[in-house]
Amino acid sequence: MEQDKVFPSGEIKQIKGSCLVLKGDDIDTDRIIPARFLKCVSFKDLGDQVFADDRIEMKGSHPFDINKGSSILIVNCNFGCGSSREHAPQALMRWGIRAIIGQSFAEIFFGNCLALGIPCATSEKKTIQEIQQEITKSPTAKFNLEIQKLVFESPNKSWNLSMENGQREMLLSGRWDVTSQLIDKENKVQSIKKNLPYLTNFKE
Amino acid sequence: MDKLHGGSTQLFIGLHLIHEVTSPQAFAALKDKGLKVLSPERTFATVDHIVPTTNQNRPFADPLAEEMLSTLENNCSSHGIKLYGLGSGKQGIVHVIAPELGLTQPGMTVACGDSHTSTHGAFGAIAFGIGTSQVRDVLASQSLAMNKLKVRRIWVTGQLSEGVYAKDLILHIIRTIGVKGGVGYAYEFAGPAIEALSMEERMTICNMAIEGGARCGYVNPDNKTFAYLNGRLHAPKGKEWDKAISWWKKLKTNTEAIFDDEMIFNGTEISPTVTWGITPGQGIAINEAIPCPEDLDPADKPIAQEAYKYMNIDPGTYLTGLPIDVCFIGSCTNGRLSDLQAAAEIAKGNHVAKGIKAFVVPGSEQVAKEAKRIGLDKIFKTAGFEWREPGCSMCLAMNPDRLEGSQISASSSNRNFKGRQGSATGRTLLMSPAMVAAAAIKGEVTDVREMLLQKENTISN
Repeated sequence: MEQDKVFPSGEIKQIKGSCLVLKGDDIDTDRIIPARFLKCVSFKDLGDQVFADDRIEMKGSHPFDINKGSSILIVNCNFGCGSSREHAPQALMRWGIRAIIGQSFAEIFFGNCLALGIPCATSEKKTIQEIQQEITKSPTAKFNLEIQKLVFESPNKSWNLSMENGQREMLLSGRWDVTSQLIDKENKVQSIKKNLPYLTNFKE
Repeated sequence: MDKLHGGSTQLFIGLHLIHEVTSPQAFAALKDKGLKVLSPERTFATVDHIVPTTNQNRPFADPLAEEMLSTLENNCSSHGIKLYGLGSGKQGIVHVIAPELGLTQPGMTVACGDSHTSTHGAFGAIAFGIGTSQVRDVLASQSLAMNKLKVRRIWVTGQLSEGVYAKDLILHIIRTIGVKGGVGYAYEFAGPAIEALSMEERMTICNMAIEGGARCGYVNPDNKTFAYLNGRLHAPKGKEWDKAISWWKKLKTNTEAIFDDEMIFNGTEISPTVTWGITPGQGIAINEAIPCPEDLDPADKPIAQEAYKYMNIDPGTYLTGLPIDVCFIGSCTNGRLSDLQAAAEIAKGNHVAKGIKAFVVPGSEQVAKEAKRIGLDKIFKTAGFEWREPGCSMCLAMNPDRLEGSQISASSSNRNFKGRQGSATGRTLLMSPAMVAAAAIKGEVTDVREMLLQKENTISN
């Protein structure tokens, strides 16, 4: 199933697609991907295992079973708390999620998403509830997330979202993959290594 | 180091720790991009999450676990990274071994692909968990893109009472501020009650900062920090040691420092604290009733309802007397020598209640060795506890140690999330190691202070 999916790359300006609502605060990364699926040396099979235990418990009525093909996930507060496992956003991405909108995100999870090119935008409780209601009314409708303007649009309505300017800029410019920027500073790293007390036997 | 595109800061990483779960994909990404490891001498590896705690002979019975360890071994040897492997005498949970080997030092920036990296802040280091893409970045560049954190100082007055431990203090702080209260913050722990804590106790506090949403925990380095580090394998020696101390002393927070937020707790008022729900913030003092929905903030009600149902626990009832099935003593939160000593004190002269599975997993090979030297393994075994080999074990159940069905565990670990201990319906009560030992002896949740009191009376009679 994975081969036909295109993972985020380059400039990320817009995400279009149907939405999936997952209600609840403090949904932790153990729920997103239970630890037994971390026994792997590659992320490639994680898409099928996203929310594995919750889906087994709900016997096919979990949002990740009934909304296959959705690309925008709507959540509530502190989504992705707990373990730093990048397996969580990897599993969401490999299932098909390309953007997440919620009241708030746990910090490490947010950073992991950004490193994969998955925007996490926030808004206040009331707005998130309105978005959830709109999706429930028309579950198959295509929504549109505009990163530049930070608006989320249904066929009939639109809502303003928030994201730090820097993070928005990184997505828009395609520089969310920071590895090359970091590597470019190798000279500076080497000079820090020559000057940090704990790397130079505490010489003055 | 420098501002990056998008406004984040490039931060030099002084110490990078890796393990078998979050590193293989990072090494694979390096290979794909044709990148080298920039500073292999600043990365140290161990194996902890997947190791069995009964039979550690290779190959492991679980082929996936074996593949993960051999991948780590290959990656370390081909990139020249030091691996403290099984049987080296120095293997163990990454957050236990780095301090005990003297790798973690004041003033360092420490990163590891594990959220409990906050532990190392106990030494006056800036330490935080990262994802696998960032592990790749640190390997490739010895640096990371980070955003500046706000700092909340948590000042703890007074002192902890008999039978109340560092674990109770941090569970109390988290239940008060909440599991999302620390998002965007680093927590600096200070005040008389924090200064009075040993280094191992400070590690327990900083370890669980992340459970309150704070990516870093921090305690100013002081004489206890220096005494702990003195003589350890990677700690400075001789003349360097004296120079190190004078540099470390300068790192202390300025007395006039202004914090983004401050909170004050009274350590003397804290009781043994136990979680009843499915987040580490759902905790109560042992003599308190489980909160009723009407007593809760409206925002906390839905998750409380979910917790009553999942835990099969009624609001308004007490945890004392609740029968338990499994007792787990160990983890990066509470798997150090002083944790095992506190639990052994309770276990000594008692026996695990009938039908209870109780086991002790030392945090490292060094902890295990020292515990054996002072006879803790014998105390535990005589009391009916199983004595295991070091690893993460049932904290997250990536190895064969796990709950079955809806078993309920008294656990000295750090997370009580749904399914955390290896069964999708398994239930976890977080508490101090002494409280876990007390629960094992009684077969039910018990106030450890009563057992300590009984012991004292027996001795004085």
